[in-house]
This record gives sequence, C-alpha cells and structure tokens, in this order.
Amino acid sequence: MGISAQKTINHVFGYIGMAILVIIIGVPLLWLVSGSMKTNPEFYTATPSLIPERIHLDNFYKAWNQASFGSYYINSIVTTLIGASAEIIMAVTTAYALVFVRFPFRNFVFVMLLVALMVPEQVVILPNFLTIADMGLLVTSSRDLSTQDYIRGWLAIILPGASIAFGTFLLRQYFRTVPADLVDAAKVDGASHWTTMMNVIAPVATPAIATTGLLSFTAKWNEYLWPLIVTFSDRLRTLPIAMRRLLDAEGNAEWGVVMAAAIFVVLPVILVFLYAQRYVVDGLASGAVKG
Amino acid sequence: MFVTAASFKKTFRRDWRDWITFVLFAGPNLLLFVVFTYYPLIRNFLLSFQEYNPIIDKGEWVGFSNYVDILIQDTQMARIMQNTLVFTVSVVALILVLGLLTALLLNQKLRFRNGVRSMLFSPAVLAGSAVAVIWLYIFDYRFGLFFQVLKYFGINSPKWLLDPQWAMVSLIIVYVWKNLGYATVIYIAGLQAIPADLYEAARVDGAGAWQRFRNVTLPGLSPVTFFLGVTSVLNSFQSFEIINVLTRGGPVNATNVLVYRLYEQGFTEIQNYGRASVVATLLFVIMFILTLIQLRAIERRVSYA
Repeated sequence: MGISAQKTINHVFGYIGMAILVIIIGVPLLWLVSGSMKTNPEFYTATPSLIPERIHLDNFYKAWNQASFGSYYINSIVTTLIGASAEIIMAVTTAYALVFVRFPFRNFVFVMLLVALMVPEQVVILPNFLTIADMGLLVTSSRDLSTQDYIRGWLAIILPGASIAFGTFLLRQYFRTVPADLVDAAKVDGASHWTTMMNVIAPVATPAIATTGLLSFTAKWNEYLWPLIVTFSDRLRTLPIAMRRLLDAEGNAEWGVVMAAAIFVVLPVILVFLYAQRYVVDGLASGAVKG
Repeated sequence: MFVTAASFKKTFRRDWRDWITFVLFAGPNLLLFVVFTYYPLIRNFLLSFQEYNPIIDKGEWVGFSNYVDILIQDTQMARIMQNTLVFTVSVVALILVLGLLTALLLNQKLRFRNGVRSMLFSPAVLAGSAVAVIWLYIFDYRFGLFFQVLKYFGINSPKWLLDPQWAMVSLIIVYVWKNLGYATVIYIAGLQAIPADLYEAARVDGAGAWQRFRNVTLPGLSPVTFFLGVTSVLNSFQSFEIINVLTRGGPVNATNVLVYRLYEQGFTEIQNYGRASVVATLLFVIMFILTLIQLRAIERRVSYA
C-alpha cells in the first residue's frame, strides 16, 4: 500500500471519528435547546423529536416572569463580577509581588499558596459557614429585603471564594518568562512597582490575565455548593440555585420551563466563550504543558 | 566590599519600601487565605472532636465519639468509600484514555478540527447543574433520549438514575461527557510540544507507527498525563452538583460519595456539625495522601524529554 493511500484511509477514519464526537457532544446540547422550546405534550411522547414543532418561547417567558429569573440574574451578575474582579486584581498583584518584589519570606508565602491550592472548598465549607454566620452575613428573612440585606447576602456568597491560588500560579509562571531587562529598564527610569506592574508587566501578560479572568468568571458564574448553603432567601439566589429550586418545584410537570431556566444559566458563559475561547483553551493548555 | 553606614541605610530603606509593597500587593489575598482556608482547616479539625450546638454556637468536647460514629458505627460508610473509589477511578481512567484518543484524532491535519475541538471543550465551561438538568431528561426511562435510542435497537432501557445498578454508571457518563474536552485540549497541547525530530529519528531507526507511539509519544506525554491525572482525581473527588441534581446520592446510597455525605451530615435536616467535620477531615486526609503519592510518582517516572 502506498503512502498516499494510507493517508487517505487515515483521513477517512479521522472524519468518521470527528463526526462521532460531534454527535456525542452536540446531541445533548441540541436536546437542551430544543427542550426549552417544546410544549408539555411534546415531552411526554413515546417518540420525542430533536426539533421542536415550532419556535415557541413561552417557557422562557414563564421562567422569567413567574420564577423571577430577572432578579436571579442580578444576583449572579453582581456576585460574579465582584468576585471575579477581586480574584483577577489579587492574582496580578500577588503574582507580581512573588516574582518582582524583594521580601524575606517570599518562599514561605509561595508555599502557603501551594498548600491553599491543595485544600478543597468542601473541606472548609462548614467552618466557613459558621464564620459567615458569626460575621452576621446570613440573611434568613424571607420578606422584602433592604439594600443592606442584599449587600450582606452578596458578601456572604463572595467572600470565602474571593482569594485566588490557581490564577496566582498561572500568572506567576507567566511573569517569570518576562525578560528581566524590561523590569530593570523601568526601575532605572525611576518607575514605582505599581507603575511597572500596570505599564510594563500587565500589557505583556494580557493573554495570561485574560485566561485567569475568564476562568474566574466561569467558576463564579457556575458556582453551586456554596451559594446553595448560604442563600436562604429566595431573593438572594443565584441562577444555578434558582434553577435547582425550579426543578424541585416543577420537576417533571414543566420540563420546558426548567430547560429554559438551564439556558438562562448557560447563555452568558456560552457567549463569553464564543467570543474569547482561544484565551481559555490556549491559556489552559500552555499552563499545563509548561507546568 | 565595605558596607558603609550610608550605603547600608540606603539598601535598608529600599528593602523596607519593597517589603511594604509586598505586603500591600500580596497581603489581601493572603489575609483571605488565612481567614477562609487555614483557620477553617484548623477549626474543622477541632469541630470533629466536638458535639456542636448551632443554636447557642457552642461546642462540647466529646473526644473521638464522632469518629467512632462515622468510621465504625455508620453502616453506610463502607458503601460510600467504595462509591467514591469507583467513581474517581472510572472517571479518571476514562478521561485519560478517551482524551488521549480524541487528541490523537484531532492532532491530524483534518479540516474543521479546531471547530470540533472548541465544541468538545464547551461542556467543560457550562454549569454542572445545568448539564445535570439536560441529562436528567436524557436519562428519563419513559421519555428520554437513551430510552429512544435503545428501543430503536430493540434493547430494553434500564431505569438509569432510578436503578441502584445503573445510577453510578449514569453519573460517570455525565461527568466524562462534561470533562472530556478539557483532557483533549491539554493532550493536544502536549502532543504539539513533542519535538518533531524525535519522530524523525525514530523513523530513521526503522520504528513503525506503534513503536513510535509507544516509545516517543507516550513518554513525551507523561508530564501532561501526570498533570491531567492529578487535576482529574482532585476534581472528580469534589464533584457535587451533578450528584445533587441527578440522584441526591440515591437510590439507597448507590451514588453517595464522601463530598455528598459531608453535605448531608452538615447541611440537610441532620445538621450534625461534629460528624460532618469528621467526613471533611477524612476527605482532606485522603486528598493529601493522593497528592503526596502522585508527587512521589512524578519524581520517579515522569520523563522530561
């Protein structure tokens, strides 16, 4: 068999493999989109179709109005934006300090971060719940909430997860590859650390910072266990928790509405991912290969 | 070199300013770690020796009785440990093997491969809870997608999430489906990092395709495999929302794992903080040992070719 024949065979198998992958990954996603547009009878049939009978947006309307997904959006947006911003800022400043600022206990601090990376959220969730309760941040009232209640409730969701170990590592690795000349030149010019960080390091490290930011954003947006535990008031629920409650309440009775709620949960992440996926994919990959 | 008083003072002043900068830059992050990671780690350990009363916010020392309750008295514990092991091992093995296969496939010069790679990766960024909702419907044994497909081939569908025999299989399918793309992306990057001359040299030496894979590709990928192994073990060990949405640990504890038990003991009707802390301590010890074993393994086996 000639080399070109072998190549053709490889390609044929390659395309068949890719087609199988597309089906395995794509069908459940399509099932979600089509499910969100189905009416109830379309769900409870022995021969459900992958394509809904017609474009039917009632489920979205119901989820938005009856289950007040509008207010859940506000909770998710506020906690995600503040939480992720805190993480990005602290990841940049901590990584910068670890690489470029002289400090006697720098290695000790680095080891502290290493250890933190090895402590999973679940192990400390119970004491953190007690800490948040001691700080007076648990909102148990089910009545209309005051502005102060909202701030307390949001802080309860944000605070324990605001520190960042993984992103700090990712950035530390990246900062170490920045040529020392660049930093020295800035120093000779009399630039402060803050100026050096903002004007020299941050522009060079934009892709790595974008990766860290996107990872933080998706992690906060998708967060489940912690908000489940600390949100007692319906008005403070984030989207994933609200979707879970809707599933409990409607369950098998209103599949379409639950599917629409699931779309509300994933839509922002999908949009961000479509726009910036190369940062996520390439950033993660380079971190893994270098690390 | 002479250290004059003046130069010493100057260096000291510069150092001192650096120290302040360090504290300002790294301090907030570290403070949060102290309050929400280190302190709770210790408090959790202390709680595991207490009978805690949440209403008056006070604990009473009870020695090892919580440990006895969880490790010896709790008849479900053996089942839970076994479930955790089965789930973690199956998920990690499947992710590594399937991830490598798809990466080899997508590393060929095929059209649309970047599009397929992005699509494959997309479930990894979606909320686990939403993914679970999709699969709840797919697994429905009367109207679900699997039921339909199996019926087409004349096979009776199992009751998936409702059947103790199949519930764990269902969870593993969902978890692998969600995380396969991540492993693929990392493996593709690993494949592309292997120098092409290594393959060329092997070919000159007369190595066939299988031998090249066995002697060049696999050793070249070992650091990446290690990285993926560690992250996958730690992540699958912690998976919660998929279980919470799909099975709640049931039926009859068939899918109850350590993390879920911790949640049950601490945050459902039971609310036994002492016992929950024992489960958390157990979880931490196991993960710590796993990490150490893997660190030892990396020293011996990983090639840095």
